[in-house]
Formats: sequence, structure tokens, C-alpha cells
Amino acid sequence: MNGVQIVFLWSDALIWLLLAAGLGLVLLVRRSPPLRAAWGKVAASRSGMGAATVLLAFVLVGWLDSLHYRPALPAAEGAEIRYAIEVRSLLDALADPLRSRTEKTYSAPLATHAYVKESTEHPGGGVTRAFPPLLHGGAHLAGAYDKHADDVAWRVAVGVLAAVLLWLPIAVWVAARQGGWGKVWRGETATAWHAVLLTLGAILLVLGPVFSLAGGYHVFGTDKVGQDVLYQVLKSVRTALIIGLVTTLVMLPLAVLLGIVAGYFRGWADDLIQYVYTVLNSIPSVLLIAAAVLMLQVLIDGHPEWFATAAERADLRLLALCFILGMTSWTGLCRLLRGETLKLRELEYIQAAQAFGVGSGRIISRHILPNVMHIVIIALVMDFSSLVLAEAVLSYVGIGVDPSMISFGTMINNARMELGREPVVWWSLAAAFAAMFILVLAANLFADAVRDAFDPRTA
Amino acid sequence: MQTTPAPLLEVDDLRLGFQAGRQQLCAVDGVSFRIARGETFALLGESGCGKSVTAQGILRLLPAAGRVLGGSVRYDGTDLLALPEVAMRAYRGGKIAMIFQEPSTSLNPVLTVGQQIAEVLARHLALRGEAARARSQELLEQVGIADPARRLDEYPFQLSGGMQQRVMIAIALAGEPELLIADEPTTALDVTMQAQILDLLAQLQAERGMAILLITHDLGVVARLAQRIGVMYAGELVEIAGREQFFTQPAHPYTQALFAALPDAGRRGAPLRTIVGQVPALSALPPGCRFAPRCPQAMPVCREENPAWRVEACGAQVRCHWQNEGEAVPAAGESATDDAAPATLAPLLQIRDLAVHFPIRKGILQRVVGQVKAVDGVSLTLAPGRTLALVGESGCGKTTVGKALLQLIRPTAGSVRVNGEEWVGARGKSLRQARRQAQMVFQNPFASLNPRLRVGEIIAEGMQTLGGLGEPATAIAALLQAVGLPADAAGRFPHEFSGGQRQRIAIARALAVQPRLLVCDEPTSALDVSVQAQILNLLKTLQQNLGVAYLFITHNLAVVEYLAHDIAVMYLGRIVECGTAAEVLAAPRHPYTQALLSAVLQPRLEEDGSGVQVLAGEIPSPARPPAGCHFHPRCPKATVECRNSYPVAQPLTATHRVNCHWPG
Repeated sequence: MNGVQIVFLWSDALIWLLLAAGLGLVLLVRRSPPLRAAWGKVAASRSGMGAATVLLAFVLVGWLDSLHYRPALPAAEGAEIRYAIEVRSLLDALADPLRSRTEKTYSAPLATHAYVKESTEHPGGGVTRAFPPLLHGGAHLAGAYDKHADDVAWRVAVGVLAAVLLWLPIAVWVAARQGGWGKVWRGETATAWHAVLLTLGAILLVLGPVFSLAGGYHVFGTDKVGQDVLYQVLKSVRTALIIGLVTTLVMLPLAVLLGIVAGYFRGWADDLIQYVYTVLNSIPSVLLIAAAVLMLQVLIDGHPEWFATAAERADLRLLALCFILGMTSWTGLCRLLRGETLKLRELEYIQAAQAFGVGSGRIISRHILPNVMHIVIIALVMDFSSLVLAEAVLSYVGIGVDPSMISFGTMINNARMELGREPVVWWSLAAAFAAMFILVLAANLFADAVRDAFDPRTA
Repeated sequence: MQTTPAPLLEVDDLRLGFQAGRQQLCAVDGVSFRIARGETFALLGESGCGKSVTAQGILRLLPAAGRVLGGSVRYDGTDLLALPEVAMRAYRGGKIAMIFQEPSTSLNPVLTVGQQIAEVLARHLALRGEAARARSQELLEQVGIADPARRLDEYPFQLSGGMQQRVMIAIALAGEPELLIADEPTTALDVTMQAQILDLLAQLQAERGMAILLITHDLGVVARLAQRIGVMYAGELVEIAGREQFFTQPAHPYTQALFAALPDAGRRGAPLRTIVGQVPALSALPPGCRFAPRCPQAMPVCREENPAWRVEACGAQVRCHWQNEGEAVPAAGESATDDAAPATLAPLLQIRDLAVHFPIRKGILQRVVGQVKAVDGVSLTLAPGRTLALVGESGCGKTTVGKALLQLIRPTAGSVRVNGEEWVGARGKSLRQARRQAQMVFQNPFASLNPRLRVGEIIAEGMQTLGGLGEPATAIAALLQAVGLPADAAGRFPHEFSGGQRQRIAIARALAVQPRLLVCDEPTSALDVSVQAQILNLLKTLQQNLGVAYLFITHNLAVVEYLAHDIAVMYLGRIVECGTAAEVLAAPRHPYTQALLSAVLQPRLEEDGSGVQVLAGEIPSPARPPAGCHFHPRCPKATVECRNSYPVAQPLTATHRVNCHWPG
């Protein structure tokens, strides 16, 4: 690899934007004591911090997968450098063995032989049907398949050891900073560090053996075309995160602006906004999304010249899906904010501002917006998980992301026939399900912690 | 005490607390008292003193975080705290019943009145069907509800506040309890309603020989009902006294300070005695006597040692180191010195025929089917530097007048002139400029400050929009000093302040643009008596120093007597009587004013409710005001003429006007 061309997809730009927004939020929170107190409560919650650690691991995977580039093709000396048509990410580079070691077709997790029998023609004539050895899975055993179990156990042990070695310095560092082991383990620190460390330990204990095994086997097996399922799971994380986060980015301005405007100005503005969201709510959302996605598909197919690479095309479709999902999911938050604003506008501090002749724009930005932010934050974190699930459903129906883009939905979609065959191919579905389950569960637990901290009734 | 041989309820060293994280906060610390059969015992104290928690502890109805830390509660010899939950349920409602402060939230809105009474009858008397219905009807009759048969099938929302409280009392009586716990039973009601409900309680007690544990912060209510009084402070009882000793010779400095902090006409001109500081938080109780940091008589021993009970010569029990030698209640303030600017100056505020009507819309097309005439032709004048009190019961439209005058609600008709400038119809820049002249202080200091802004930003808001006193930082410091707050308050957030301090911040915010008129909408109704005195003193000082005029909107006549120069009485959207304070208070001419004034309970020994002129019925809905004089359905003097025509204003003197056909 002698050179790369950095590729900046639209969704990458949005990811960076979200990171910047997150950073801005952190700065804002540091400056405002009430916000700091509320987030302090999140930090003190054990389940919240455990979930946050898991989420952070997912975000790390998604972020690695968002640094895109095109590798240069090997070229003759002096010739113009040309770049591959295929867009790769840093994650692809790190997990290159996973990506490139494809088998012919299905293989079970950790298998050394294929899942289906094949007929082999012997040079001397005659055909035998047997499970052929895999091209990559267990290839390092060089035929000594009786050592398979020992090898797996050895690799697991190495993985566990690596995990412990990685975890210990982190734990020691945290304990040193927080004033000793005892304090951390008894949960006496302001931030629930023991939850963070335990979760981190659990993540490392799972990931260590998995990556150690992945060097020689397909840990989660391979799919119909022989692609490693573990690799697919890793790639799906970015898709899920983008759907979850970018959609909220689309929906947020709409919901916040319209909700507050409806609640604050009332009258015809309120009527209009209410009619719009009532109408939008009364259309079955899958129908609306299907119509929009299909129309968009026609548009994309009609203009191949817009896209330099297939990745760009898939990326645009992903963003379009986020946009459409955002357009159909702002109504819930909008309704909540309208109600809250209706309540707030009657409060005396708003009236005091009106008595000073403060303009409506300033009242909204200074008095109303900061006081509805807790609802916005709660709604955002809770919507995230439902959007990830929605993507899976939509891709399953065939109106989700581009078929070339790996997502939990496409994995499940591909796996649906596999459950009907005999013997059953279960690992594809199980891996997708487990990863999505952990992501959504972590998001929900985190949302619970955030709601407990921000809900004024529990404060 | 030997005078009560067989007490009905004996509370002994009761200690109740709350679990807050890993900390246990002691809300009630070693409270002991007895209630004899048929006796009314009042627990008196400011908010946060542990009165309500004590009542909840007796019934074992503490909130989830509440814990019984020790002590015993004996009812007729049975220890209630040791009973299993199942047995306890026979006592709740059956032997001990409770009525709560807010009738509108203590009744279930989806059950009819009859069903809610029947629930108690079925549980405690095993009455069902026709028998239960007949009994419910009797109960409603006893609590003075007209047409009880019809009311049984109505839902709580169809009843007014006073009637809801009557229904609550009927429910409490249904189990035929021997002890009634009344937790601030009249705090949410208007004075005329309060008089009715207290009358009812007194009468029911006389008929049934029921004991009452009355929980209140209002010395007037105590004077009306209580036979023995226990004063609570910061979770402890500090004084237990019989009625006579309590009102003639209050022994504890806290009790004395409570009496001294009450505003009334006798203290006009003089500043009210205040109690410095506020009730300490449960998490930061002072060592020694808990009142010591606020006590004018504090001695070194008070700060180290919590005093033991001491029996005074007159039989009262006091928990205080100070022996109270010779000194009786400090005499009421000096005689009235009216220091206000004369009313003859050119008026600062002139309101003419102000009307605010809210349309009632119905149907799909939202057609207007009627008008709620919240304010219906109000005229007022206010001279610079004076205080005009706008008095009336809730729902009479007095707050709407205040907001319409400031154009926070657009008036339907009429004219508001501040300093000669017409405000009605003014828009945009001219209105914004005019707003500098008049500002408002709101009722609830907990809702009137944006919790997300610092105090400095809150105060600076008006200056930023309207321009203010020059350099913001110095102006804010000066304002904070003027309202008696430390300068470092500017950098803090509202939640770090107590109710009284927040009200000071609100006053500073209003003063920031140097208004000449301040509309004060019940500025002390959410505050405790001692804090109320601080705020009233502050308002008075500010008026003397800055010459601000106040439009003081209130239902509290004691505050009016103390503060106001002129008074306007409002009933159902109209002014029924107005004049100088001396004229209206000394010689009220409108029957409504007379009833209102008589319903004010004086915190004196002689107060037995005999002077109260109880008004029948309640304030009607402003959507359907009665024909003729609005007051005639409740008026003892009403004649045919009153039913037919609304009386015009009759000038009695140059300043005193009354809208009545039969003034006198």
C-alpha cells in the first residue's frame, strides 16, 4: 500500500458534526451548574455508567468504520497513481483478515470444515461426498484436526490473559486517581467507576478470546457467500449508529422548533402545526417510508453518474433513509414539547420577561428552550433504540438501506431463508440478534439513567 | 397532665425521619402530646416544621422514604405503631379520620361523591345499598350541603372548593371517628369559605364530642377552634399551652415572635418585628436549642444544650432556657403614622372602565357562545408613592386586572394611563418604552424565577431590554443590597435560595428598570408568617426610599390593614367599594366588604367566631353572573331592586364610593 486517497462521505461529515455537537454539549454542561448536577446523577448511576461503557465501545467501532479511504492500486514506476474503486475504512484495514478470508459458503462458528457436503472428483476417477476443509478456518492446523479443541482452548486462554493484562493497568490507573481500590469497589466515588470497570472487564473478557480466535477461525461462522459473520456484525454497528444518531439530528430541529412555536404562540400557528402532525401520524409510517424510499431508489438508479463509487451511492441512500425516518418520527417529541411549552408559557418568569417587553425570540431561546431540554434529551436517548430497531424492520421488508451496505437489517433479511433449511444455519441471525440486543439494551439502560436524572419529578 | 385522666391519643417521644441516600434526616424529633376526648389540640408552626409528618406518622401514612425512628402512639391504650397493617386499617377512617389541605386533589375525580362516601361506610360500618345511600345523604346534610340527594350522584368537579371540602369532611365523618385530624383544612379556601368550614367543624365537634387534631400555621384559625396548642419548630415541640395562656402569655420566644410578626392595622407605620433567617434545613440543624440562631433572647447556653421541658406557673409547658422574666408580649407597634404622599398629587395610574372578557367557544367551528367577564368595567386611580390594595376572593378577577394593566393580557376595552400615557392599544416600541414605568412582582417566588439563569442574569434581564441604571454589574450589586441580599448572590442560581429570598430577587428584578409603579400580586401568600413580615418591611422601606407606588393585589386583609393607603374591594369582576384605608376598614358600607372584614379571624383569645357574618353560598361563575347586583344571592339585605338592577357608584365622601342600593 503505497498511498491512499482520503474519502469523505456525507455520513462521515455528519458523524464528525455529531462528535463536535457532543463536545459542545460537554462544554455547555461544564459551564452550567444545574446541567452539571443532572449529568452528575447519570454518572453516579451504576446501570447508566455500565451502559455508557458498552455504548462507548460501539461508538468506537462505528467511528473506526467512518474513516474512509481508497487504497492506491499497484502501478508501474512513474505511472499516474490510480486508486481502487472500493472504499475502505480504518476498521476494514484493522480487520483485513476477517474481510479478505472468505470461504466458499456456509461454515459453522469455529469450524474447520464446511457445513455442507461437496462432491470431490478424484483424479483417478470416482466421486466422494465429504465436508471439505475450509480455505482459512483452521487452515493453520495444517490437517492436524484432532488438535482443534486444544487449539481453541489455547487461543481462549491467550485472549483471556490479554484481556486481564489490558484491564489491570486501566483499573490501577483509575483506582490511583480516585483514591484507592477500596473506595472504588465500595462505590464511594462520585462517578460509578466500579460499574465502568466491571463492564469494561466483561467487554474485554468477551472481546479478547473473540479476537484471539478470529486469527485462525471464523468465530461466528460464515454466511451463504462465505463472508465472515463477525466482520458483518462489526460493519453493521456503524449503520445502526448512523440511523440512530443522524435521524435524531434531522428530527430534532423540526420537533423542537415546531413544538415550541405551537405551544408558545398558540392560535393559528398551533392549529396548523397540530394538523400537520396529526395528518402525518395518521398515515401508516411504513407505507410512507416505503413510498419515499422507492421513489428515491428510482432517482438514484437513474443517475449513476452522480456517484464515483458504490459506497457513495449506498451512503446517500442511508442518509436518505435517515431523512425519511426523521420526517416521520418528529411528531412524538413535537407533541411533548408543545404540551410542556403550553405549561411553561403561563409560568410567572415568562410573564415577568413579557412585562419587560422582552421579544418572543429571546423568551423562547432564553427561558423556554433551556427549560424543555430535559425532555429533549430524554426523548433523544429513548428514540435511539427504537430507530435502530426500525432500521432492522425496514431492511427486512426491503425498503431499508442499500443491499450492498451491511446492516443488522440486511443480515437478518439474508438469514431468513437460512432458518427454513435443514440443517438450520442459525449463527448469522444469532450474531446479528445478539449484537443488536446488546446495543439497544445499553441504549435503553442509559436512557433510563438519563430520565431519572433529568425528570423534575424525581429530582 | 392530670387534667386529662384518660387521653384518647397519647403521642410519646415520637421520632420520624426520612431516608435521603445514605443519610437519615430527622423530621420529627421526640414529640410528645396528649389529646383528650372531645378536645381540640392545635399543632402550630411554619412550613417545614414537621406538623404534617407528625399527623402522617400517627396514621402510619408516611411517604415511601419516611421511617418511624422511635417512640409510641397510643390510641385508647393501643400502640398504633406496633399494630400489623391489617389491624391498622380499622383505625384509619374508622377511629381516626383525616381531612387534607387541598380538597380538589383529595377527592377522586372519576368517582361520584356518593361512591366515595359509600366506600368508607362499607369498610367501617358494613353498610351497603339503600342503607349506605340513606346514611350518605344524612352525612351530606350534616356538613351543610343543600340538596344532598342530587349531590350524591355528582362528580367532584361539579362542586366548588368549599363544597369539596365539605364532602371531604363528610367522608371523614362517615366512619364515625373519635379523632379527626385536620391538616390545614382551610388554607386553600377564601376567608368567607374558611369561616363556613370552621363553623362547621366547631359545630360538628360540639355535637359528636369528637377530638380534633388541628394542624395549621394560622394563628387566627387556632384562636377560632383550639383548646390546647402545641407549637412546633424544626421538628420539635417547643411549647404546649392551654388556650388562655397561649394568647395572653406566650412563653417561648418563637411563639412571641410569631405574634409580633403578624401585620395588622395597629402596626401601621411601624416596621413589623421579624424573625431573622429561616427555619433550618433538616440536614443542617443547629446544635443546642434549634431556635437559638434566630432567637432574640439567645444565651450562650442555648447554643450548646437543648433545653428540657419546664412548666410555667400558669400550667404551660415550655422548652426554653430563658425564664421570660416579667416581660409580656411586646406591645403592638406605635400608633399609625401615615407617611405616604398625599393622594392629591396628579394620579400615576388611571384605569377607566377596564374590561377583560374571555370568549367561550364551542363546537367544531369554535363559535363564540358566551363571554367570561373576568374584569367588567373597573376604574381605579393611584397617586405616586401610595399603596392601593385590590382586595377580593379568588376568582373575582383581581389578578386579571393586574395583568391587563401591564398588557400581559390584552384588555377587551377601557383605558389604562400610566403617568398620562395610554397603554391600551400601544404596541411595539412605544409599549416597550412605557414598560419602564410599571413592573410586577408575582405570587409564587418558586415559579417566577427561571431556574436555569443566575440571579445576576435574572435581574439584568429588564435592564438589557429597557436600558437601566448604567453599568450592569454595579447596578445589580446596588439592587441586591437594596433588597437585603449579599452581593455574591448574583453568581448563584435561584434554587439555592429560600422562598423569602427568592421574593427579594423578584423585587430586585422589577426595580431594576426603576419603575414608578409596582403591581404586587399576592407577594407574600406563598410565604411563612415570619418571612412575610420581612417582605412587607422591605416593601415599605422601598416605598419610603424610592417613592414607588404599589398596586397590591391580595386576599389577606391583615396585610391590607398594615400596608394599604387606599382600598378597592372587588367582587365578580367589578369594584364594589373603594376609598381610603381608614374609610373602608373602619366604616365599610357594602355588605360584601362588611362580611369580608368580619370573616377575618383575629389571633386573640376572644375570637370565637361569634363576630363572623357568615356569607351563604359561594362566588358565582363569572360566565353566568347573577342578574342585577352580582352580590344579591348572598346578600342579607337583598331586595327586589337588587335583583333587577346593578347599583351605580354612590359617592359617600370625596374618596369613598360604594356600589350598593342599601349602603350601610
